[in-house]
Amino acid sequence: MYSFSYQKAKTVADAAKVLAKDGDAKLLAGGQSLIAAMKLRLAHPSAVIDLGTIKELSGIKGDSKAVAIGAMTRHAEVASSAAVKKAIPALASLAGGIGDRMVRNMGTIGGSLANNDPAADYPAAVLALGATIVTNKRKIAADEFFKGMYETALQKGEIITSVSFPVPKRAAYMKFKNPASRYAIVGVFVADSGSGVRVAVTGAAPSVFRVAAMEKALAAKFAPESVANIAVPEKGLNSDLHAKADYRAHLVTVMAKRAVEAAMK
Amino acid sequence: MATPYIGASIKRKEDYRFLTGAGNYTDDVALPGQTHAHFVRSPHAHAKIKSIKKDKALKAPGVVAIFTGDDLAGAKVNGLPCGWLITDVNGQPMKEPPHPCLAQGKARYVGDHVAIVIAETYPQARDAAELVKVDYEELPAVVRAAEARKNGAPVVHDIAPDNTCYVWGLGDRAAVDKAFSGAAHVTTLEFLNNRLVPNAIEPRAANATYSRADDSYTLYVANQNPHVERLLMTAFVLGLPEHKVRVVAPDVGGGFGSKIYLYAEDVVCTWASKQINRPVKWTADRSESFVSDAHGRDHVTRAELALDREGRFLAMRVTTTANMGAYLSTFASCIPTILYATLLAGQYTTPVIYAEVTAVFTNTAPVDAYRGAGRPEATYVVERLVETAAREMKMSPAEIRRRNFIKTFPYQTPVALLYDTGNYEATLAEALKIADVAGFQGRRADAARRGKLRGLGYSCYIEACGIAPSNVAGALGARAGLFEAGEVRVHPTGKVTVFTGSHSHGQGHETTFGQVVADRLGIPMEDIDIVHGDTGKILFGMGTYGSRSIAVGGTAIVKAVDKIVAKGKKIAAHLMEAAEADIEFKDGAFVVRGTDKKKAFAEVSLAAYVPHNYPLDKLEPGLNENAFYDPANFTFPAGSHICEVEVDPDTGTVSIVNFTAVDDFGKIINPMIVEGQVHGGLTQGIGQALTEGCHYDKESGQLVTGSYLDYCMPRADDVPAFKVGTKETPCTHNPLGVKGCGEAGAIGAPAAVMNALTDALGVRDIEMPATPQRIWRACQESKMKKAA
Repeated sequence: MYSFSYQKAKTVADAAKVLAKDGDAKLLAGGQSLIAAMKLRLAHPSAVIDLGTIKELSGIKGDSKAVAIGAMTRHAEVASSAAVKKAIPALASLAGGIGDRMVRNMGTIGGSLANNDPAADYPAAVLALGATIVTNKRKIAADEFFKGMYETALQKGEIITSVSFPVPKRAAYMKFKNPASRYAIVGVFVADSGSGVRVAVTGAAPSVFRVAAMEKALAAKFAPESVANIAVPEKGLNSDLHAKADYRAHLVTVMAKRAVEAAMK
Repeated sequence: MATPYIGASIKRKEDYRFLTGAGNYTDDVALPGQTHAHFVRSPHAHAKIKSIKKDKALKAPGVVAIFTGDDLAGAKVNGLPCGWLITDVNGQPMKEPPHPCLAQGKARYVGDHVAIVIAETYPQARDAAELVKVDYEELPAVVRAAEARKNGAPVVHDIAPDNTCYVWGLGDRAAVDKAFSGAAHVTTLEFLNNRLVPNAIEPRAANATYSRADDSYTLYVANQNPHVERLLMTAFVLGLPEHKVRVVAPDVGGGFGSKIYLYAEDVVCTWASKQINRPVKWTADRSESFVSDAHGRDHVTRAELALDREGRFLAMRVTTTANMGAYLSTFASCIPTILYATLLAGQYTTPVIYAEVTAVFTNTAPVDAYRGAGRPEATYVVERLVETAAREMKMSPAEIRRRNFIKTFPYQTPVALLYDTGNYEATLAEALKIADVAGFQGRRADAARRGKLRGLGYSCYIEACGIAPSNVAGALGARAGLFEAGEVRVHPTGKVTVFTGSHSHGQGHETTFGQVVADRLGIPMEDIDIVHGDTGKILFGMGTYGSRSIAVGGTAIVKAVDKIVAKGKKIAAHLMEAAEADIEFKDGAFVVRGTDKKKAFAEVSLAAYVPHNYPLDKLEPGLNENAFYDPANFTFPAGSHICEVEVDPDTGTVSIVNFTAVDDFGKIINPMIVEGQVHGGLTQGIGQALTEGCHYDKESGQLVTGSYLDYCMPRADDVPAFKVGTKETPCTHNPLGVKGCGEAGAIGAPAAVMNALTDALGVRDIEMPATPQRIWRACQESKMKKAA
């Protein structure tokens, strides 16, 4: 790790001020990607601004319509939250399947979304559930947020404060893990809001994406067989040692089918 | 006497310190004036080094010194030696290109050591290392064994223009060819044995210090055999007097073979400690371990088995290309030859076998012994062939094996080994029972109803442990002895310290050896300490590898204990005024046979050190004995593994639903430790079969699987609750009847898993590691075949 300065932000405004001044500063949420990149000397921030002690960024509020999760809420808290389990069990189960126990105890929803790793789990939930990302400056709809590999709509000095998830009628997430890293090779989140179905895929492409054909078929009939023969095109999908594009495309269909099955249970 | 210790599952003595953080590893050793080192490594697989500029780095904060290959050449530091000379089919010695401790003129793999930067702190050394400017001229690289000998392949070493280290053969080629021409059936398979990265939990580390006072060195190093490290380093590389170098291998967190070798970093830290007159410490990080530890396996093989109409094996023919990497590591040359081809008879009476092995250089990390070392590769060849032959001839895999098992011992194989004992039918019968093979078809039908594919696979392995004897090994090219040494020091109060040349880096020697000595001396284990891993304390040692510790190291200790007892009898005879011939040693006491007269062990040891009433005219005082033991033969553990898998054809995911291992390790000292070794070995074997695949990019020569994001170590949820059993046929040529157990799991498991997987899918072969993607593709192909 290269040397860097470390500061604890007392408030979101405080953190935003430092960010605005120092273009090479980085926010530290759970540190599960940033610290690893720094240790490998792949990231070299001039300053690390720790959001860990800002109380108002943490916590879960929910009712029958929506669940709001503070940006600094750890995956383990989401996984074990009674409110999330009741309102959106698929989201609790997704959080409980991120990384390993240590990652879940440190990693945060805000950090994961701001990083937008192509193989992260949360983007699939945010996009499929049509969540709203709340920042210190504005509210961003999920469809507007994810811009590409490690790219989001966040502007300079903009900090995620919370994420609001509308409660769906039914939903489920199915992930096919990379055997080594256990990141998603393909993760499919299916959500039936009652007025429509959204299918979001993570891991398969440089950034999370929706599958319109599946959404249409499931809106007509919410059943596994509706998606069983819908294939996403291989073109544009990730291709590596673990999974070439054709295999990923195939897994999208299998995981979508299994997610629908699980959502119906 | 208390319950016998041998055969008891006693909890490991060493675990208290490991589990409470009181272990003392090389990186824990902090010396006065300590400096820290970082190695500049080649980012290229193959490159000319045009220049190295270190002036900027030398001015960086905290930097003490920087050395390069030129400095070592100037100081006449030699390259690293190879410990085994292989003679090729034409009687020529293998090609031994120089292996400089810091690259000279050329870097030959990603991670090749180019310079050492020494600073006050580790981060300072690392920062400064980035300022060392190496001007590389990149060259084309070759990384795959199959491509190394092709026309126009990049040449790794000028002295081997065809990248060939040797072409070596074993067996009667003409007799094999003749047997094949008359065979009723021939089974042929071609496959790869995948390259593995060892991944010991403790990375390699070295901390060297020089004393001006007596011109001596001490090297703390994560190593499996400190005396061998010292001998190679002093006699071959640094030209130092051996008695002026002490090598300490303190607690070591796993080796699996990767810490047998003398590595460049160990030498450079030791040499540099005198140059700067301060201790130099280096500890690899995980990324560094991936690129610079010696890797394992990496064979390309074509294997053929000739059978008669009844499924009896007539002959076997094996052609293997083995990837040595960029340089010859310490024992690299003997792994795909002496420890591989000699095992190709397996458990069977195949009358004639011919194996030809071509060893090649490539632009990859050196390859050497890794848990099993040659024997897993041999077992994979034999057991995949046998199972495939059974399928082709529509025989049961158990029946074809039974029909060919060796049944009378000793048995001379056609590939040089003489098996002393074994009972292969018994281990197979027991495995069939435990694995409930009889119920398999029912389970397969049930899986099919759930849309899943079940398969069953066998592997009846044999291994040769405790490589020996020294004179035979010497005739085969070994440049070292293969004995072991032990010393038993009885203190005046009857307490005992045992010094062993074996080294424990996870095996539990402090417990197992303690049990042996406690039983032999009839004293409590608490009265015995086992000391290992320090050339300053232990008279000599060849260390731990090849599952040799109990069979060779344990026997050396037993021989020293026997000398203690023999001397004790003389002392006791004197004390009790009896004839020496009338003294027997029983339950920790010297007894005058047929009487109630006796002297406890502690009374005799006290008399030896306070020799007032003592036969000083005939006997030296004191009670301290040592022994060197050079075994008459290898030991031959063997066993039967049966693996049952279930495949999800939609995703290619495989789960091992059952794994049964019935092993014959001879006499077992501590069943709990043995079972732990079996579990660990099986997990590594399953890792090779399903998850671990070291992958270098074909074009750039970069290590693609250079971290745990891409290199998949098996985890707890990748393996089932193993069902293990044992059968005992005691080894006939050592006093404990022991054979060794450390590598068996890793040797037997890959073939069992792959036989089960190919059975489930109905295909001939899948490349290891059989990842979900590869299995899915195999499912697609077999679906297409069925449709056609």
